[in-house]
Amino acid sequence: MNASRRRALQALASAGLASLLPLRASGAAGARVVVVGGGFAGATAAKYLRLWDPGVSVTLVEANREFVSCPVSNRVIAGTMSLRDITRNYDGLTAHGVRVTHDTATDIDPVKRVVKLGRGESLGYDRLILAPGIDFLYDRLPGLESAAARAQVPHAWKAGDQTMDLRKRIFALRPGGVFAMHVPKAPYRCPPGPYERATMVAFALQRANPRAKVLVFDANPDVVAKRDQFRAVWESRYKGMIEYLPSAELAAVDAAAQTLKLEAYGAVKADVLNIIPPQAAGPLARRSGLVGAGGRWCEVDFLSYESKVAPGVHVIGDAVGAAPGMPKSGHMANQHGKVCAAAVLALLNGQPVNDEPIIINTCYSFVGEREVIHVTSVHRYDREKKTMVTVPGASGVSPQPNAEEGYLALAWAFNILNDTFG
Amino acid sequence: MRMRGWWVWFGGTLLVAADAQAQEDLKARGWAAACAACHGTNGRSEGGMPSIAGRRADELYQILIAFKQDRKQATVMQQHAKGYSDEQLRRIAEAWARLTAGGAK
Ligand code: HEC
Repeated sequence: MNASRRRALQALASAGLASLLPLRASGAAGARVVVVGGGFAGATAAKYLRLWDPGVSVTLVEANREFVSCPVSNRVIAGTMSLRDITRNYDGLTAHGVRVTHDTATDIDPVKRVVKLGRGESLGYDRLILAPGIDFLYDRLPGLESAAARAQVPHAWKAGDQTMDLRKRIFALRPGGVFAMHVPKAPYRCPPGPYERATMVAFALQRANPRAKVLVFDANPDVVAKRDQFRAVWESRYKGMIEYLPSAELAAVDAAAQTLKLEAYGAVKADVLNIIPPQAAGPLARRSGLVGAGGRWCEVDFLSYESKVAPGVHVIGDAVGAAPGMPKSGHMANQHGKVCAAAVLALLNGQPVNDEPIIINTCYSFVGEREVIHVTSVHRYDREKKTMVTVPGASGVSPQPNAEEGYLALAWAFNILNDTFG
Repeated sequence: MRMRGWWVWFGGTLLVAADAQAQEDLKARGWAAACAACHGTNGRSEGGMPSIAGRRADELYQILIAFKQDRKQATVMQQHAKGYSDEQLRRIAEAWARLTAGGAK
């Protein structure tokens, strides 16, 4: 008996069992997958589920009607791009047959396999994919507990209104004024992002306000990503403008006085403050007990992104407790979405899950209007270590900022938005 | 003997025999999907990045090997290509050719 015949018989056997059960249980046709969160991870998973199996029913739960990309949003802050350029709606997913519901998931029951939504709807599922993104841990920032205090110190680390708020403040900075930002301890969303921001703010100010200062207080002991490249640009093009201050643990913030209190540097008053708060997996994941030791990130099986604590629940994107060398990035989230979609379909079909996933990360950082530095890495599953590892020899950084990659970086941004939402 | 398109009604559930799926190299389809973030879901890029749709598998394979061996100038592809074995690159090239109807394998 050949292999395909044997598979067909197996499918029949399991269908026989399935027909006795109230729920459909075999084959992806008609199976219900609910995806919570419509960012790079969730939207990609929803789209690729339908692309690879039009028989599966996919519902995406996302509160916002539009998605604003964090990648490239530092260019919006620097005034070289508009928010509209990096905003997408969910029509592309609807065209792929994804049911998009603009609501908030409030509760999950992994035993009954039901998700409850804010407006009262309950969605049953065969497989649940959570892409909850990040939440900000303001309770770790004394002085920013109240919403009123936070309103005076934008994070701009989820793109949208916050991005425009910071842009306005930077362009309204008094002549020769001080912009100070704080970078949290890694891991956080987008490792090179804070340094790109500092550089792009300096770029904007160099033209509009050349005596202004950019202070980068970093809770980490050194620049977390693209260190040599960023430091070289700060020493050349932005010399005297950007000051980098490492190991700067933030003790407290006085929002009204726009003052940082730093353990190593004392009180520092700025004209515009930008604090990127410490982060953890989005609230639903934490509320549902999906986070591992440390209470911040979700632990998953990297073959399927299934949660290590809740069977049938998969977690993708920034909320995942990353494997060694795996950044929290939009690119990685897009890649998680695809591996997870393929695994979910395999599981629904009773087929083996790909035991050798390989994914790519690339992050482009602008350091001026046209020039960019990239970092890239290839990640494969390691059977012994049971996690993703970077493939030796396949990682690299641009030798120096260059305009060729400035052109490619914008193409990347539009292509990954198309691949995710188009 | 291969059984293609074998449809079975059972318990109200329409099943497609797994044959069509088995024909497809699902592992390579997964690997190839990684490329789509830059080259487009269907291998058609919106400017900047080159499109990789509609090419023959052997042509794509030769390009990928040239990147891997630093014989073709590149900004990122020389790095990406080193993340895969030659055999994996061949299967990825075949997956893209098949996905975008790029002719013979
Ligand atoms: C980060 C974006 C990115 C990813 C991911 C990526 N590529 Fe590329 N690709 C490029 C760029 C940029 C070029 C142009 C050469 C260069 O600068 O590296 C290119 C060039 C190519 C070319 C040559 C096309 C031509 O006409 O010269 C092929 C083939 C190709 N890539 C295939 C792939 C495959 C297969 C994958 C997945 C394994 C992949 N790429 C992943 C960005 C990417």
